[in-house]
Formats: sequence, structure tokens, C-alpha cells
Amino acid sequence: MSAVSAWVRLLGSELWLALGRRRNQFGLAVLAALPVLIAVAVAMSGSGGGGGPNFVGAITDNGIFVALAGLAMELTLFLPLAVAVLSGDTIAGEAGLGTLRYLLIVPVARTRLLLTKYVALVIESLIGALTVAVAGVVSGAIAFGLPPMTTLSGSTIGMPEALGRLALAVAYVTAGLAALAAVGLFISALTEQPIVAMVATTGIATLMWILDSIPQLDVIHPWLLVHHWTAFGDLFRDPVFTDGIVSGLWLALGYVVVFLAAAVAVFSRRDVTS
Amino acid sequence: MVPVPPAAPDPPVAPVPPAAIATRGLTKEFGRRRVVDAIDLSVPRGAVYGFLGPNGSGKTTTIRMLLGLARPTAGVIELLGVPVPGRAPEVLGRVGALVEGPAFHPQLTGRANLARLDAADAHADPATSAARIDAALARVGLGPARDKRYRVYSLGMKQRLGIAAGLLVRRDMLILDEPTNGLDPQGTREVRHLIGSLADDGLTILVSSHLLSEIEQVCTHLGVMRQGRLVAQGPIGELRAAGRSRIRVVTVDHGRAADILTGLGAGDVRHEGTAVTADAGELAPEDVVAALVHGGVGVREFGMVASTLEDVFVSLTGEGFDVSG
Repeated sequence: MSAVSAWVRLLGSELWLALGRRRNQFGLAVLAALPVLIAVAVAMSGSGGGGGPNFVGAITDNGIFVALAGLAMELTLFLPLAVAVLSGDTIAGEAGLGTLRYLLIVPVARTRLLLTKYVALVIESLIGALTVAVAGVVSGAIAFGLPPMTTLSGSTIGMPEALGRLALAVAYVTAGLAALAAVGLFISALTEQPIVAMVATTGIATLMWILDSIPQLDVIHPWLLVHHWTAFGDLFRDPVFTDGIVSGLWLALGYVVVFLAAAVAVFSRRDVTS
Repeated sequence: MVPVPPAAPDPPVAPVPPAAIATRGLTKEFGRRRVVDAIDLSVPRGAVYGFLGPNGSGKTTTIRMLLGLARPTAGVIELLGVPVPGRAPEVLGRVGALVEGPAFHPQLTGRANLARLDAADAHADPATSAARIDAALARVGLGPARDKRYRVYSLGMKQRLGIAAGLLVRRDMLILDEPTNGLDPQGTREVRHLIGSLADDGLTILVSSHLLSEIEQVCTHLGVMRQGRLVAQGPIGELRAAGRSRIRVVTVDHGRAADILTGLGAGDVRHEGTAVTADAGELAPEDVVAALVHGGVGVREFGMVASTLEDVFVSLTGEGFDVSG
């Protein structure tokens, strides 16, 4: 059996374990519910407007904005929370359960296990973001239809292109979540208690949002992961405004490299005593 | 021309197979506490090695180091001739293990749990996965329970699933840490039978326990831990022979019998009911009887009482085996 197919088998097992858990299926349902809730609430009130997030005002014009509003809202808590919970499960969860020692003596090389679990986290992040987007588009289409889309710059693009840009937005959101997942994986490798890892990772994301909202701290804002997360809205300008997205991707890459390296360094030397 | 007879080939030198487990000076410290203290384990191929010691004597920590889960503070380990933890991934595939109790995902069935471990094994053939999993489950008697969730397994079933995980692929060695812990006598007997039948297949087995009586019958070799030190190891027969016999004389002349025994150089002379007992040491029983009779002691009964393995271990560890600590 080739090394690649053996690795794919382990990756499949990781995904199957995470997606098979009732708790995670419930979490995915919650992620899907929020865009539906937005669509229903706006449809019932009969108007967008108000002081909501950028996209809410445009929702009644086009259902695709339900997906964008859903992503923007869920990035503040639900998506980071999902990443925190899943990354808490990776190492700390298996250590707490004791299954980590049995995986390691199979044997699975520690770096291989860690990196495979990280790839699984990235795929799960993608599934999370995609779920929000799909639930948004579907509920938005039903409530408001999907006519040609008026971009944030005022021009009009056809629905196929709008959906393509939404796919890019999902990919960009996934990149941001993947960076948070690297932080979560590192914390998970430090502890044997999954709750600690989950709370710490959620706490870090929340703290970054808070710091990002304090104008006096604007010096550090470019270094906060979440500062760049909402830049996916730039994909719906005409022409597409890429500065924010590019710097967001670079920062995400930096977080991934630093925290994955730290996680490997910690985990490859740690005594597994649980 | 006389053909030169071919030189007689050197007698083939059978390469001495490396011991299944060999450690030198293996030491583990947690902070300033020395949990394992310079032990030299030697487990021959094909042995069933009973790794004994009270709870807290360092057995599990030693096993964690053997399996590359924890790094030794000092010392070297060779597993089947391969250094660990340096080249652990090369050799761990040949070793099945149960460490500090079974641990599986409670929401998955026994079968799904084993499938998960098999998927993690880069050398396992996925095409034969299902068959190997079912065979391992059948081997430990979990065939009927294979589709039940782990959460509803009894403790004995959990232990057996742990052993089944060690049997997913062909192994040369099994390391079983306290496989009978928490089991009722019936469960203990089943695990013992399983160990016996696996040993018959030629596997080297290291089995740890804090209860000598639970594993004594299946072991060929024993190693005894006390407070992080390996205080004795060897074939079980040698250890049994190392135990001293005691002289036991039933007589009414207690005082005189005791004096004569002391005079012969027997140690630890004691009065026990109607008998006088003493350590036999190097004394031959016939000489002792002659001396007693010669000294005018009315001997009603004379015997040499061999000490049990349990006695040997109590003397080695300084405490009973069922002492928790």
C-alpha cells in the first residue's frame, strides 16, 4: 500500500470520527440554522435597513446576501467556537480519553498524527463555512430569490459569477479558520483536558475581536487574525479589492507556520502520561 | 593432481537472537522523584515474563518507556534488538500492548474502535482489515459483542477489547499492563487462558501485575519491582529455588531443640505452638535430625518446609502483593 493511500486512510478515519459525533452534527446544524433565522427574520419584518451588519441591508434585494450576512455574524462566535471544540478534541481529547496512547503505539509517528489531524481540522473548517454559505444561499433564494447581484460598488454581476465569488469567500473564511485551528492544535498538544483547550482557543478568538474593537490599539490590529476576517466582503466589490484579502492570507499563513511548528515541537517530545 | 578437498565449512554460528526486551540503567524521574531507578530488564524471546510489584513501584512507567510513550531520563532500551525511543516506529508494529487499562471511544462499537486503530496503521492492508478485526475480536471472545458500543461493555469486555487491539496484525510480542486489573475471578481466569494460548503461538509476552497469584501459573520468567528498582528477575524455577527452606521440629523439649538448632548455626529460631522452626540455611536435614537425637531431644515430627514463591516475593518487596500504595 502506498504511503499516500495509507495517509488518506488515516485522514478519512479522523474525519469520520469527528463528523460521526452527535455533538458535532448538532453543532453543524446550529451553524446552518443561523442564516435561516436571518432570512426568516428579515422576511417577516419586511425590510432590511436598520443598523445591522453591512450585508443585512441588502438582503431583501438578493438572497445571496443571507449567506454573506451569515458568514459575517458566525465569524464572531460560532465558527471560531466550532474550530475550538474540534481542535480541543484532536490531541487533548484523545489524551483525556486515553486513546492517544493506543494510537501512538500502533504506531503512528507523532508528527504524522499531528499534521493529519491538522488537515482534518482544515477540512472541517471548510465544511463549517460551506454549511453556513449553502444554508444562506438556499434560505435566501427561497425568501428573496436570486436575481443578478448588485455589488457593494453598485455594478451588477450575474448569479453564476456571484456564486463563484461566494465560493472564494468561503475559501477565504476557511483560511482564517485554519489559522485559528493551528492555534487550537498547539494548545491541544499542551494539555490532556479538552475543555481547557476549547476554552483557551475560544478565549483567544474572542480576545482578538475585543482588541480589534478598541481604536486606541490600532497599532496591533494588523496582527490580529480576526481583524482581516471580514475582508471577504471585498470580493463583492467591482473590481475586487484584494489588499485586505492578501494581507489576511499572509497573516493566516504566518499563524499556521508558527503554531504548527510549535505544536510539532511540543508534541514530539512530550511524555504521554494519560 | 589431487583435488583439494573443500575446506570444511565453519560450523554455522547461529546468531544469538537479541532479547525481546533489554534495558540498561533505565531510569525515569518526574521532577526530583525517581520513579524508575536504573533497571536492567532482560526478557528472553518466547518467554512469558511476569512483571511484578506493588502499585506505584514503577511498572507502568517502565512500560510507557518501553513503548516510546515516555522518554527515559537515563538508560537505554532495546525492543527486539531495536533501540527505543530512537527507532521506535520500526519496531512498535511488531508489538501489541495494553497500557494502563483499555481506552476507546465510548460512542463507537468494538469493531469501529478497532477499525480506527487499524486505519492508523500505515502498514496494515485495508483490504484485509475487516477480516483481521473480526478474527481479533473472535480470538478474545468478543465476536457476539462486536457491534455493541464500547460504552456498554463490561470491564472484562473492555480489557479483552484492549488485548484484541494488540492482535490486529501479526505480532512478535505483547506487553500487557495489568490485564486482570478489576476483573472477577472468572474474568481473570479467561485472561490467563488467553495469555497461555498466545504464548503457545510463540509470542513473547510481558505481563505486569501487582498480584503474583493472578499470573504465576502462566509465567516462565519473573521480574520484581520495588520502589522503582528491579529487585529480582529470572526463570521462575530459579526464583523459587532461591527461597529458603525452614526446619520444623515437633517436640516437647522446646528449649533444648532450640539450643541445638542455634548451635548448628540455623538462623531465626522460633517457637511456633508445639514446634520449633528455624531457617535451614545450608544445613542438611539428616545432620539436623542426628544432632537433635544425639542431643536427647524427643523428636515427634521433623520436616523441611519449602517457602512459597509468595514468601520469596514478600521478602523481596517487603510487603504483601495486594498492598496498594
